[in-house]
Amino acid sequence: MPRPRSDSVSGWGRVADPGRVVWAERLEAATDGVALLRGLGRSYGDSASPPSDRPVVLATPLADRILAFDPASGLLTAEAGLSLYALNRLLHPRGYFVPVTPGTQFVTLGGMVAADVHGKMHHSAGTIGRHVRALRMRIADGETGLQTLTCSPTVHADLFWATVGGMGLTGAILDVTLQLERIPSPWIEQEVTKHGNLDELLSALQTASATWPSTVAWIDCLRTGAAMGRGVLFAGRWAPADIAPAHSPRWARRGVAFPLESPIDLLTPWTVRIFNEAVYRKQLRARVRGLTSPEQYFYPLDIVKDWNLAYGRRGLTQHQAVLPREAGSAAVRAFLQELTRTEAASFLCVLKDCGDEGGGLLSFPRPGTSIAIDLPVRRDTPAVIARLNAAAHAFGGRIYLAKDRFTTAADFAAMEPRLPAFLEARRRWDPHLRFRSAQSVRLFGDPCEAARPGAR
Amino acid sequence: MTTPKPQLIAILGATKGMGRALARAAAGRGAKLCLLGRDGDELARSAADLQVRAAAAGHAGPPPSTILCDLEDPLSHAPALLAAEAALGGLDVVVVTAGAFATAAAFDADLGLAGHVLHLDFTCTILFCEAARLRLLERGGGQLVVFGSVAGDRGRKPVGIYGAAKAGLHHYLESLDHRFAAAGLRVLTVKPGFVRTGMTAGLPEPPFAGEPDAVAARVLRAMDRGASVVYAPPIWALVMLVIRWLPRAVMRRVGF
Repeated sequence: MPRPRSDSVSGWGRVADPGRVVWAERLEAATDGVALLRGLGRSYGDSASPPSDRPVVLATPLADRILAFDPASGLLTAEAGLSLYALNRLLHPRGYFVPVTPGTQFVTLGGMVAADVHGKMHHSAGTIGRHVRALRMRIADGETGLQTLTCSPTVHADLFWATVGGMGLTGAILDVTLQLERIPSPWIEQEVTKHGNLDELLSALQTASATWPSTVAWIDCLRTGAAMGRGVLFAGRWAPADIAPAHSPRWARRGVAFPLESPIDLLTPWTVRIFNEAVYRKQLRARVRGLTSPEQYFYPLDIVKDWNLAYGRRGLTQHQAVLPREAGSAAVRAFLQELTRTEAASFLCVLKDCGDEGGGLLSFPRPGTSIAIDLPVRRDTPAVIARLNAAAHAFGGRIYLAKDRFTTAADFAAMEPRLPAFLEARRRWDPHLRFRSAQSVRLFGDPCEAARPGAR
Repeated sequence: MTTPKPQLIAILGATKGMGRALARAAAGRGAKLCLLGRDGDELARSAADLQVRAAAAGHAGPPPSTILCDLEDPLSHAPALLAAEAALGGLDVVVVTAGAFATAAAFDADLGLAGHVLHLDFTCTILFCEAARLRLLERGGGQLVVFGSVAGDRGRKPVGIYGAAKAGLHHYLESLDHRFAAAGLRVLTVKPGFVRTGMTAGLPEPPFAGEPDAVAARVLRAMDRGASVVYAPPIWALVMLVIRWLPRAVMRRVGF
């Protein structure tokens, strides 16, 4: 995978921060002097960007060794830089899969833990943190030293649950021990249904989530009035062995690369309208059922490599909020109306059903509906994000740090009553705040001296 | 001429970069490996990785054996190779990917570093190859696979000292090939171009940068057909053909 430019650092949204990426094969030795580690850089905002006073971030993808795998139990231990891309190709054909996968394979195990990723299966499987058995970490030791220790849900549990979803701010994750799932067949059984308006879609999403372990809905954000919230619902499960072909689907070797950075933002309201119309009309029948590959089902966007280039030089951001179940579908409707008012064209608008909250102190999902929208970055983006945050906050919702770049510290604190508990646990393990990110400086009030020339 | 696929491989440098990728590719097709290196913990982690990957490819078995061997300590070479041969129950191939790297700018700042790189990449590597060819010839032949570099093909601005060590190594390997081919020793000089590994991390990336896994696949194919020189990624054969023929007046002007 190509490396980002060496004089600046950015996330998937391609909005640059000052800093430098250093790659390491041996994380334990390389962690000295760095404030942050990053995986494959798929978080959208500045989660994986270093603070400007210590502008080196250590990239982990070269640390990709598998240290143990037990086929009987499905327990895997691997270095934090191992990608889901590699893991899928290695173990899916043998009948094992991660119990929780995000919407892209271009993530590392360490990154998955740091963001406590969730997926279409959140209502049934929770976040990845529920399936992590142990973390070997490099953490602060006194003012300048570092120490290596292992934490788990039973050993140093407070460190473990501050690290799961802790965005890399408690220390460096070196190795991850993860429980994999034994799958009945290598194929996904999928049911795709079309729904003409929001109420119908939301109730179908709830119903499907009761019987399908994995669900997601795509909606057309540009529709207003009676057709508001019309969309397509994808429900899936691992196909039972008796209906699936014996052979394993082939995993793509590499995606089709988006040719080059678009000189203009291609995602205008008009192009998005055409795209959404095409997606909605692609399937003529109201209900289609069949088998598909996990790659097509879980990672439809991975097929176009570097699709973020379509947003042009100014890049993109995502807003993902979860609105609590108690707030009901009225909240989702009101949120979408707010979105329509911003006139921010969204290429991708995804609804998910979330189940129980995980153990991570800052873990994002909670029972309710998650709404994720991609937005091109423009001059008014901070204001748009502020309005969406206000709407989410009004219903008791909260946002996902791995997607964020434009939220203010005050807005985040208002949405996150759990923040003080997280900060306290973090201070216990890292009182001098050795581990920081551009995002933690922006949102958590971390200190950041003015950048000194020649500073590491 | 087709040769049987190599089965018993001792590899120095398998914990990192291209050596790691080559060991994975070889293990994935059923080769039995012995890992040589100076850090026992690192060797154990790589051995575990290779065991899982081999099993995933349908070659379940014990993890590769590991033997402590320091490239910088020539006295450790012959005993380590002997121990590897014993652990493998034979020896078909010896692979050397270990070495040191630095750019001209780093050497300018630290002459001691230049001495270290020249010593390691030239003197120590050749001494290891001598120990390896003695071992292999005693067995009646075998294959010696050594990682040189495109940096050794022409005196270029950014890689003078590293390139000189590699050029000297190429020269030695060629003579080894000529001298012992009849005795059953096959020598493969691998000349990687820019490959994305920990070694090149942080360097400005030229066009045609390659991935370690692709290099590994290409080196395995070259080993199978008994080639004597292989460029990887393949485009570098063409790039270096041009570079080798560029007049000095031009080389003085370009930054390559």
